[in-house]
Amino acid sequence: MKHSTFLLFSLPSLSVMFLFIAIPIVSVFIQSLHIEHKQVIIVTENCDPFGCETTTAVDTEASAKLKEKAPLGKFNGFKTYSNRMHFAFDEVGEAWKSSDSFTVFTKKLYNYPLYRALSFTLTYTFVVTPFVLFLGFLVAVGVNNLPKMFKGPTIFASLLPMIVTPLVGSLILFWMVDGDGVIGATLQKIFNDNSLSLKASPVLTWIMLMVYGIWHLMPFSFIVFYAGLQTVPQETIEAATIDGASKFQRIRHVVIPHLMPLAIFITLILLMDNFRVFEPIIGFRAEAHATSISWLIWNHLRESAYPLYNAAGATSMVTIFGVAILLLPVLIRTWRDFKEKNKG
Amino acid sequence: MNTKIENKLTPVRIIAFIFVALWLVIAMFPFIWTLWGSFKVQADFFSKADWLNAIFGFHTEKQTGGFFTMDGYYGSWIEEEFWRAVINTSIVVFFTVLISLTFGTLGGYALARSTYRYAFWILMAGLIFRAMPHMTLISGYLQPFFAWNVWGILPTTIIVLVAINQPFTLWMLHSFFLNIPKDLDESAMCDGCNRFQAFRYVIIPIMWPGVITTGLFSFLLAYNDFTVTSMLLSDENETMIPAIASFLGTVQEEGKVMYAVAAVVSATAPLFFFVLFFQRQIVSGLTAGAVKG
Repeated sequence: MKHSTFLLFSLPSLSVMFLFIAIPIVSVFIQSLHIEHKQVIIVTENCDPFGCETTTAVDTEASAKLKEKAPLGKFNGFKTYSNRMHFAFDEVGEAWKSSDSFTVFTKKLYNYPLYRALSFTLTYTFVVTPFVLFLGFLVAVGVNNLPKMFKGPTIFASLLPMIVTPLVGSLILFWMVDGDGVIGATLQKIFNDNSLSLKASPVLTWIMLMVYGIWHLMPFSFIVFYAGLQTVPQETIEAATIDGASKFQRIRHVVIPHLMPLAIFITLILLMDNFRVFEPIIGFRAEAHATSISWLIWNHLRESAYPLYNAAGATSMVTIFGVAILLLPVLIRTWRDFKEKNKG
Repeated sequence: MNTKIENKLTPVRIIAFIFVALWLVIAMFPFIWTLWGSFKVQADFFSKADWLNAIFGFHTEKQTGGFFTMDGYYGSWIEEEFWRAVINTSIVVFFTVLISLTFGTLGGYALARSTYRYAFWILMAGLIFRAMPHMTLISGYLQPFFAWNVWGILPTTIIVLVAINQPFTLWMLHSFFLNIPKDLDESAMCDGCNRFQAFRYVIIPIMWPGVITTGLFSFLLAYNDFTVTSMLLSDENETMIPAIASFLGTVQEEGKVMYAVAAVVSATAPLFFFVLFFQRQIVSGLTAGAVKG
């Protein structure tokens, strides 16, 4: 295909991606290096026979002028990254010196919003992903062992938790596990503890969110694995059976190696999706005990009186950096494959 | 003989059956429970005393006289004007899918047919863009959108959703077009068609299965989006999902949780029919990228 024709065909697609994905990433970075202007304040002293009084007022005109001159704000370098909302280098160094054990140090670290969010996001990503892979594989093998008539209904029912909007899905579960909901109330009765609430304890909140994550994503790995199981070569299975392999051995030595590329694909998608976990925290109203990086950005932009663009920008850059680390192995592999292909 | 072995009841089969049945209950029960409960009053759906109330509607009968009540639906759709959000969602979803597919088809076709190295790099950039958490992009949008005075309106949201959707659409359609033999459009070009005529008369008539499958996923992305719509739309232009989120703040305090429950059921119902009709395409779309590697 000629360059000019290629450009004509792909121009609309490339330009929206460039304008609304590539440029925003750059602008987020620039944003993170600036800080809002301080309001210009005029101090006036009024003296009367009873004494002098100083009054302060915001000079709106001068503030507006300053803003017009540099709409991004004052250049701040990487200070936003190192302040206490983010990496809090000074405070962390202080905490390291003053703590006598590692547990005390991690507890202190947990007071800073970015470390809090990172700890939940990473735990969530690395707990939910293996569970989803493993349970999805089990259900796929299970369905594969059942007569064909179960296949359609099972897939239909399984698709629902995955396809439903994350916010809606988490609300549906939240209303059930809430203190007055069917599961929450039953648990209270079982443990005979009327104050038992999944929301009140940090550990239970984390578990609840991860159970939701597994519920939401397991269908994806189940369906991909199930499709993969249909392509397992029957001759190899039969040969293994004749050689005396048990059912378990057949799965271990024939099926699993065959499904390995699929497992890598699923892992990649799951890592990307779990790393951006956000909606369940809103749905379960879990922000008191569990915050994710995406939630933190949302909070910078939304919850304060005026949006903290620099904080949101810095957190976004940290997130992008995290994604880059997650993707690095895949990118290196693709690059190697590509080079090999070009050599040959 | 083979079939006989397949229908035998072995222990493995029983365990498999129990395991799958357990998963089905876990997958379906929350939906059935919430659907049933949405026609009850709050005292029943959130019944601390006895969960049987939620099934038999003890308080519902006492308060409204009927076994079922539409109060939640009336409250959310009419009083809280959820119908506005439904209309907004329809507009956003329709245009996002339409534009995504138009751009994606053209781009995906070009990427599948180009033999140059930059096609590979564009696909790699697409993969990286696909991995970007949407929230990171949002903080870059707000300031320019405020400055140009385009914040809060539907077209802005639509174009942003199209952009966020593009990497996935491009990848999917690119691998679909790779499966259509090159010879087909090249022979048309030998017969004197140019590239556009070949695309118009040869590719377009046979591309619909791939385009429909991709369209289903674009639909889901636009329908399910909360991040973009909650940050980029003003209150009166809200779509369904941010509307539900704002219900939680306002309605919950006034003891009208059932409004939110009804709204949640209303937002889930279309997805239920969506799965019912398009199950085969969704499954093939999920596995298309995977099985090929």
